[in-house]
Amino acid sequence: MASETRDTARPSAPGGVSFSLSDPTVRAVFYQVLVVGIVIAVGWFLIHNTLDNLSKRSIATGFGFLEREASFGIGESLIDYHPRDSYGRAFLVGVLNTLKVSIIGVVLATVLGTLIGVARLSSNWLIAKLASTYVEIVRNIPPLLQLFFWYALVSESMPPVRQALNPIPGVFLSQRGLFVPVPSADPVWGTMGFALAIAVIGVIFLRRWAKARQERTGQPFPIGTASLGLLIGLPLIAYIAGGAPTALDVPKLQGFNFVGGVVLTPEFFAILVGLVVYTAAFIAEVVRSGILAVNWGQTEAARALGIDSGKTLRLVVLPQALRVIVPPLTSQYLNLTKNSSLALAIGYPDLVSIANTTLNQTGQAIEGVAMIMGTYLVISLGISIFMNWYNKRIALVER
Amino acid sequence: MTDNVHTGNVSTGSIPDERPPSNTVGPVAWLRNNLFNTWYNALLTILIAWLLFKAIPPLLDWLIFSANSFGTPPQVCRQEGGACWTFVSEKLRFVMFGTFPYDEQWRPLVTIVIIIALVLASCDRRFWKPWLALVWIAGLTAVGVLMWGGVLGLTYVENTLWGGLPLTLMLSVVGLSVAFPASVLLALGRRSQLPAIRVISVTYIELIRGVPLISLLFMASVMFPLFLPTGVNFDKLLRAQIAFIMFAAAYMAEAIRGGLQAIPKGQYEAADALGLNYWQAMGKIILPQALAISIPPLVNTFISFFKDTSLVIIIGLYDLLGTAKAALSDPAWRGFYREAYLFIGVIYWVFCYSMSKYSQKLERDLRRGHRR
Repeated sequence: MASETRDTARPSAPGGVSFSLSDPTVRAVFYQVLVVGIVIAVGWFLIHNTLDNLSKRSIATGFGFLEREASFGIGESLIDYHPRDSYGRAFLVGVLNTLKVSIIGVVLATVLGTLIGVARLSSNWLIAKLASTYVEIVRNIPPLLQLFFWYALVSESMPPVRQALNPIPGVFLSQRGLFVPVPSADPVWGTMGFALAIAVIGVIFLRRWAKARQERTGQPFPIGTASLGLLIGLPLIAYIAGGAPTALDVPKLQGFNFVGGVVLTPEFFAILVGLVVYTAAFIAEVVRSGILAVNWGQTEAARALGIDSGKTLRLVVLPQALRVIVPPLTSQYLNLTKNSSLALAIGYPDLVSIANTTLNQTGQAIEGVAMIMGTYLVISLGISIFMNWYNKRIALVER
Repeated sequence: MTDNVHTGNVSTGSIPDERPPSNTVGPVAWLRNNLFNTWYNALLTILIAWLLFKAIPPLLDWLIFSANSFGTPPQVCRQEGGACWTFVSEKLRFVMFGTFPYDEQWRPLVTIVIIIALVLASCDRRFWKPWLALVWIAGLTAVGVLMWGGVLGLTYVENTLWGGLPLTLMLSVVGLSVAFPASVLLALGRRSQLPAIRVISVTYIELIRGVPLISLLFMASVMFPLFLPTGVNFDKLLRAQIAFIMFAAAYMAEAIRGGLQAIPKGQYEAADALGLNYWQAMGKIILPQALAISIPPLVNTFISFFKDTSLVIIIGLYDLLGTAKAALSDPAWRGFYREAYLFIGVIYWVFCYSMSKYSQKLERDLRRGHRR
């Protein structure tokens, strides 16, 4: 409403009525009151009907149901869960499952997407063509269709549990997923985690010191090798000091399924592969446009200065490309997280699927939908804030 | 004669005839430049060529050479391996039209043709005239009459029987055409100087964009019935359609906002100088330019929206993906998921790919228009 507020200074026409709609200030207030009034009226109408309907169906409102016993099982969870636990805990399991698939998905999709984006710019004709074929096929097919395909691929092509494939001793592949042995629980794992934490702190200080030294003396310090050595070395020392346990928790067939070890369920596999394959196609385009946005002259200048190609990429091209890449990349991360809700369609117990079961059992439709929406808003906001912080850090500082 | 000329300047020595450099043109040079220019590219080329050589013949064999088609029963298909296109030919009408009465299926077929014709006509910039809106209204009315029937001697078909491709197309086309005016208003509201209107628009857009479409569909399927006065009830299809409109409006509003932001301030000032009021300025000066700039991102929104209509399967509607999945649950035809998903995947792909190619072409054309 540009014109209205800008010319508020104009005196109203002589003899005009003081509350005329031709007065810009009055008009602005009038329109806002009108719109707000309509929004409130619609809102009141909906809430009134809802309360009316709820009392007729005698559904209690509020989140009290979260403490009641859920009495449904959940296929996989990161924390201990039993059907006797509460709906609240079930929902927490769902949130953690969503976070698990989103975080792993974001990491893998970034790696795959970057590879494909760079491959599209390769001077090798075959690689460039293959990468662009991938992008054009994958991003033009609905993600849900791709999920169904991946899920069917596992559940229909794999043998049943009793005839599970056993490619390597201890590893079993069947319709129920991939079962892999893991090292059995031992106090040394805790010590190793502690050592890793110390290593991370050490690396942070080392980086600071190396940077200060380079600014003071001009001498570069081999920070990459040193950090890697710290990160691997300290936990390794802790492992050896702890007696280097080698006991394995091997999956065994018990009743109708395998017990022990770590399982990659078909549902998790399908949702993860589906999300990664789909989002990577979009990330590839983001990366490609980011690299293309960096002037070729920059690369030539770096070459003229005798900087080798790895350093050119790391110190000249990437920092500039990142500025173009990060904002659209944020949207792709958000999309991946939101698309993880498609898990519902193949039975992976993400937060939407668990909230859906809950609202079907309890009839608490409004609370259920509100919890889904609220959680996603918090997650989206978190990703946005983090990526905006990162974006600000790498943005071009202009004088 | 030629001898004479030659002998005349023989002492200076003519430049010996050389063959043109062989390494810049021709297939060998192309190979060298594009596939074997460095040692690691050569290695990669050989590796990929070997992988393709391993993968493509079995794929072609499955797709075409050992495929079974027309009339091969499923048992035979299972034994022989290879794609079973009988599945597609047997289930074609169900996948395409869902449970629409069999003898009346010419009606959804004509619907598909009308919608595609409308979309194709709207892609031609020569038809971007006000009467195009009238053509759309007429076309969509015809679609409604054909699908529902009940008039002109057509039997009535209730919309719970609709399914397949017409449902997918109708959900997207109707959703987009209703969401478009709403999104223009939202975009204008977001850029408005009236704080109350701006806050309402921003809240709506960010709220919708922050949650997954599934949660909106849930809201439509489980909460809408609670919102309405007792006795009033929408059916499932209409509720899904409303959810899609709410969703599309928020995303399209952001595309249009980009266009609005690209209009230089001088244009607003010019409108003010001419004494135009807000709606005149927007309708005659700002929006025509802003919408033209937003067309490519709008088409991208259309594409993702078209793909997202497949989510209605979650609230129990049978769009193209839904009918394909239902066809797979027939015990006689279980396990032919590759054929089913490949078939409808190609349909989705053709629609989306042509839209994206169109958007790229449009982007080039419009940029040419702006060049001086």
